[in-house]
Amino acid sequence: MKPAHFPMPAGRLLRFAGAHAVLLLGAAFMLLPFLWMLLTAVRAPDEILLGGLNPIPRSFHAVENFSAALQQAPLLRFMVNGVIICGGILIIQLIVAIPAAYALAKLRFPGRGLLFAAVIGGLCIPIQVPALPIYLALAEFGLLDSYFAMMVPFFLSVFAIFLFRQTFRGFPDEILQAARVDGLGEFEILWRIVVPSALPAIAAFSIFSIVAHWNDLYWPMIVIQRMDYAPPPLGMLFFANSETGASYGVLMAGATIITAPLVLVFLLARRRFVQGITMTGIK
Amino acid sequence: MTTLALAPAIDRVPQRSRPVREWLAGTLFVVPATMLLLAIIIAPLLCLLILSMTDYEIGAMQIRWLGLGNFEKALSDPVFRRAMGNTLLYVALVLPGGVILGLLVALLVHGRTRSRAFYEVAYFLPVTATLIAMAAVWQFLLHPKLGPVNGLLKAAGFPEMGFISEPSLLIPTLAVIGLWNLIGFNMILFLAGLTAIPRDLYDAAEIDGAGGPIDRFLTVTWPQLAPTTMFVAVTTSITAFKVFDTVAVLTRGRDGSEVLLYAIYLEGFQYFKIGYSAALTVIFLAFMLAFSVFQAFQLDRRVHY
Repeated sequence: MKPAHFPMPAGRLLRFAGAHAVLLLGAAFMLLPFLWMLLTAVRAPDEILLGGLNPIPRSFHAVENFSAALQQAPLLRFMVNGVIICGGILIIQLIVAIPAAYALAKLRFPGRGLLFAAVIGGLCIPIQVPALPIYLALAEFGLLDSYFAMMVPFFLSVFAIFLFRQTFRGFPDEILQAARVDGLGEFEILWRIVVPSALPAIAAFSIFSIVAHWNDLYWPMIVIQRMDYAPPPLGMLFFANSETGASYGVLMAGATIITAPLVLVFLLARRRFVQGITMTGIK
Repeated sequence: MTTLALAPAIDRVPQRSRPVREWLAGTLFVVPATMLLLAIIIAPLLCLLILSMTDYEIGAMQIRWLGLGNFEKALSDPVFRRAMGNTLLYVALVLPGGVILGLLVALLVHGRTRSRAFYEVAYFLPVTATLIAMAAVWQFLLHPKLGPVNGLLKAAGFPEMGFISEPSLLIPTLAVIGLWNLIGFNMILFLAGLTAIPRDLYDAAEIDGAGGPIDRFLTVTWPQLAPTTMFVAVTTSITAFKVFDTVAVLTRGRDGSEVLLYAIYLEGFQYFKIGYSAALTVIFLAFMLAFSVFQAFQLDRRVHY
């Protein structure tokens, strides 16, 4: 961009230093909880009970804390549950939303306007609204405490339909026409020609969906009583409420394990991740 | 219509005419989505509205029709009024804080070149971390005896603060954690908005004599960012209004921290007062609609690839 100026004029230097001072202060506020979590996760219990501000642990107690965390609660089980739930939700969301979005974007059929209006309306309705009737229906059919119960309200993502419709609309009609003349059916056109061209949007939505459902607490808290099925946030809630007492080191080790997967994905695929999460404010 | 259109298309598309083909494919393609839309949004919504006018409780022998009785009860219910008041207080703290701090950080980060990546990661990290786990971390940070925050206060000569025990401090504490979780998200939205401002506008402003950073902000940046700021304000309001996770971990809705979603959760899924909880959900929905109608109009312009 601009060539670096050496030496900087005094005013610029002052502004430069001021900006960094403010940003560093804010960054410290953002990062200190992570730092303190890691430091506490490797501290011995007696040292934690002393309190105090000493950042460097006096003895290295990581192995004990992490193995205690893994023993006290099935943290790995929670992760596996999270993977099953997020994966199941995402696959069905894509299978349902992609054809619907293509139809709304490129095909004329009766009821199209009405369906699109319903999709727009659906964007305004968070899970907490239909939660009560869906819960009653699941209870009626004896389906509570299952992976299905945790996934079913999210099989339809109106946001995915909305987003993919926007993406598909930009696809050139001439190519679709040419494919039709070549004798391809709409189904083949969609999956072989249109979907591959929309992979960036699909990837961004996938990250959005996985992060949203990996972190969701409200719905699992309602339909899951048995810890075997708990996704990471609900598992963390059980874990935090169970006998932790003085063993904050163990709790922090557990928190480290639970937060690690998404943080690692973020650090490894930063651009895509940020794009996926911020493409909407609907969380 | 369809028969008329058949004739000219017949020599190009062998099997069926384009409109019929489209009609069939379109209808088939939306069947799964439409059925799910009915099953998990529209039908539950209708059930919710009906339930909200009854006194249905799980295990009750009979159901009575109350009309608007539940809503009247809610308005005079001290627990609901506290929950509503606390939720609005939480929004009132998080909304301006989230918008102003998000904008401030974005403005400062936008000017950086070599350090920009570091700051983006640092500020966005709380957005990516599972909030439930980090709420447990905050609980420890704010612990009156063992936590470093009170440790710092004591070292500086201040008295110990019951951030998560003193009722009047609960909502402000939750708001600080909410801001911690949200600022990076808003920063990214503002950065996208800042990047979209054409450079010539700044050059033009300079020619017009608006050369200083504050002048440039007031004449170019702020007006150009108006749509972004509006969008950020709406999404921040929605997120703040839905505060639940931190309450579930830190206070479990005890005195001073009752919020709307937690009240709905307790009434419906702990006490099984379905009718009353449904009425509270309808009130929640009314707020969501008020925020979201606005957002749905904005979305069309926001989503771009």
